Amino acid sequence: MIAVKVDSVKKTFKAEKSVVTALQQINFDVSKGELFGLIGPDGAGKTTLFRILTTLMLADEGTASVDGFDVVRDYKEIRKRVGYMPGRFSLYQDLTVEENLSFFATLFNTSLEENYDLVKAIYQQIEPFKKRRAGALSGGMKQKLALSCALIHRPSVLFLDEPTTGVDAVSRKEFWELLRDLQKHQITIIVSTPYMDEASLCDRVALMQNGKIMEINSPKGITENFKKPLWAVRGENMYQLMQTLQASEVIDSCYPFGQYHHVTFTDAIPDSQVASELAKIAPVTEVKKIPATIEDCFMELMRQ
Amino acid sequence: MRILRILLEKEFRQIFRDPAILRIIFMMPMIQLLVLPMAADYEIKNVNVAVVDLDHSTYSIQLVNKVKASGYFNLVDYNESFEKSLEYVEHDQADIVLQIPASFEKDLVREDKATLFMALNAINGVKANLGGAYLRSIINDFNREVRLDWVQLPRVNPQPTFQISSINWFNPLMNYKIFMVPGILVVLVTMVGSFLTALNIVKEKEVGTIEQINVTPIHKYQFILGKLIPFWVLGLTTLSIGLTLEWIFYGIVPVGNLSTIYIFAAVYLLGVLGLGLLISTYAQTQQQAMLISFFLIMIFILLGGLYTSIESMPVWAQVFTKFNPVSYFIEVIRMVVLKGSTLYDIRFHLLAAAAFAVVLNSWAIVNYKKRS
Repeated sequence: MIAVKVDSVKKTFKAEKSVVTALQQINFDVSKGELFGLIGPDGAGKTTLFRILTTLMLADEGTASVDGFDVVRDYKEIRKRVGYMPGRFSLYQDLTVEENLSFFATLFNTSLEENYDLVKAIYQQIEPFKKRRAGALSGGMKQKLALSCALIHRPSVLFLDEPTTGVDAVSRKEFWELLRDLQKHQITIIVSTPYMDEASLCDRVALMQNGKIMEINSPKGITENFKKPLWAVRGENMYQLMQTLQASEVIDSCYPFGQYHHVTFTDAIPDSQVASELAKIAPVTEVKKIPATIEDCFMELMRQ
Repeated sequence: MRILRILLEKEFRQIFRDPAILRIIFMMPMIQLLVLPMAADYEIKNVNVAVVDLDHSTYSIQLVNKVKASGYFNLVDYNESFEKSLEYVEHDQADIVLQIPASFEKDLVREDKATLFMALNAINGVKANLGGAYLRSIINDFNREVRLDWVQLPRVNPQPTFQISSINWFNPLMNYKIFMVPGILVVLVTMVGSFLTALNIVKEKEVGTIEQINVTPIHKYQFILGKLIPFWVLGLTTLSIGLTLEWIFYGIVPVGNLSTIYIFAAVYLLGVLGLGLLISTYAQTQQQAMLISFFLIMIFILLGGLYTSIESMPVWAQVFTKFNPVSYFIEVIRMVVLKGSTLYDIRFHLLAAAAFAVVLNSWAIVNYKKRS
């Protein structure tokens, strides 16, 4: 069953004199209970897409439906059944954790008690601070509160706009575990993130760039599409190494990834000759073959 | 109902948790009502006069003494040079130069008439005008005394003259405070009602909380009522505080019925809140809302009849005041406080206030969108 359907959605914004295309011809479907990731850098159009799907904004062209309801015609129905967590913390900072929750619960004509089983896992972590004002919470706690508020009415589709931006590594990991748990409740989750490493935690991801979806696939499918052998290379002077490699005609691409540079060759070279081939171009201390990550695929797609 | 209740609960919680808002609501009326009326004084006192006496006669000295004794004037200098006196004006130390010519007494006695010269510093038009008028009336008075001294008036006055005596209705002592303080209170109530509402909603826009509300299934009217009711209550609270302060510090007790003021205020506030709502639908940031409010309050005050009477404005400005809700309330509160007008007397004002409420709120509701 399809929970979210987006059909050739287009959105433009008028900037001074020029027109900025935020979304061009976006198409995708998300099935019920899926954890779907929108991966892309800032400005890719993720938030605009979310705002259209949560009925806060009208698309210029195309149609979209959430839970079988049209985002324009049946927006009232959609508002009853989606949970939206905007990228910026948008709860009342001067109300306490408890007050925020009961406020949003009441707006949806429900209560914390009614849906306690759903938010329990998350709410328990912030419960010790329930008398604290939301503004005084730490970043990770704020995210959890926002997620609780978005879940309080047992939505069938949950939209999370960059929920882990600005959150520490541990909280991020916890957050994704929570999302995995939520899937058990048959909630469709659409999450956007600029972090490529989080893509592998989704069931399927859409790689977005400049208002376009470059590829939609499972994380595994995406990395399998990376056909060229990928090599991780290290040297004494990493910056100089990168510049030399990028200048070389033998090398197709070279991007810095942490302690290594990820390198592909223009023409296929037998694995055994790679080290010697590289040594001809620049001094390298370590060379190893690695499987491609989502980020490698993203970089590759961006080049095309 | 449950939704409206939680919206109100939330709004009041936020208001009472924000010390700045509380301070504005309670301190603003205190300061404005207690300090401003002291300064916003129509009466002109301490007009500085420099006298150029070229005569030095008994009469000229009598005249100068009379001016001094009136209590309105300070004698800055008494000299023989107009240039020197004008210098005082140039340095803003004198407002009026009164020149008594050399032959003042001689002319008065011989030719039955004498001339005096008055130069007014017109930079402050009001002061010059009123000061000049005071001085003229003192001189006239002096003139009459002189004539009485000289001539034995016949029993029947050969020329018919009018004697005018006046009585000030509604404000016998012409106490400007009774007149000003209620007017200032109106401006205050207006500010609390409209601008706090506008800022409050725009703040939700800025912080992003309005988005979170917009994705919920609540209705537009619930959201708007949830915003209007708290500030309606706050507006009436400010009015009550203001009326109490007026009574305690100025002894102003409305001649008319207090309920007349409250009934009008209740309707009037709806319009004012609608204005706040309207501003908030146009402004994207609190800064914008602030500037629009500032612009409007200037117009409201200057074209509201608070300081200058509407009747003496040019016709176009008078037309303009018809579209200024503040002018209606200022008139009403003065009518009730000073004259004791009843609901029947202010029925047209009430109608106008209701019209403002309907128009401004409808406009705001049409313009308020839950989506962009």
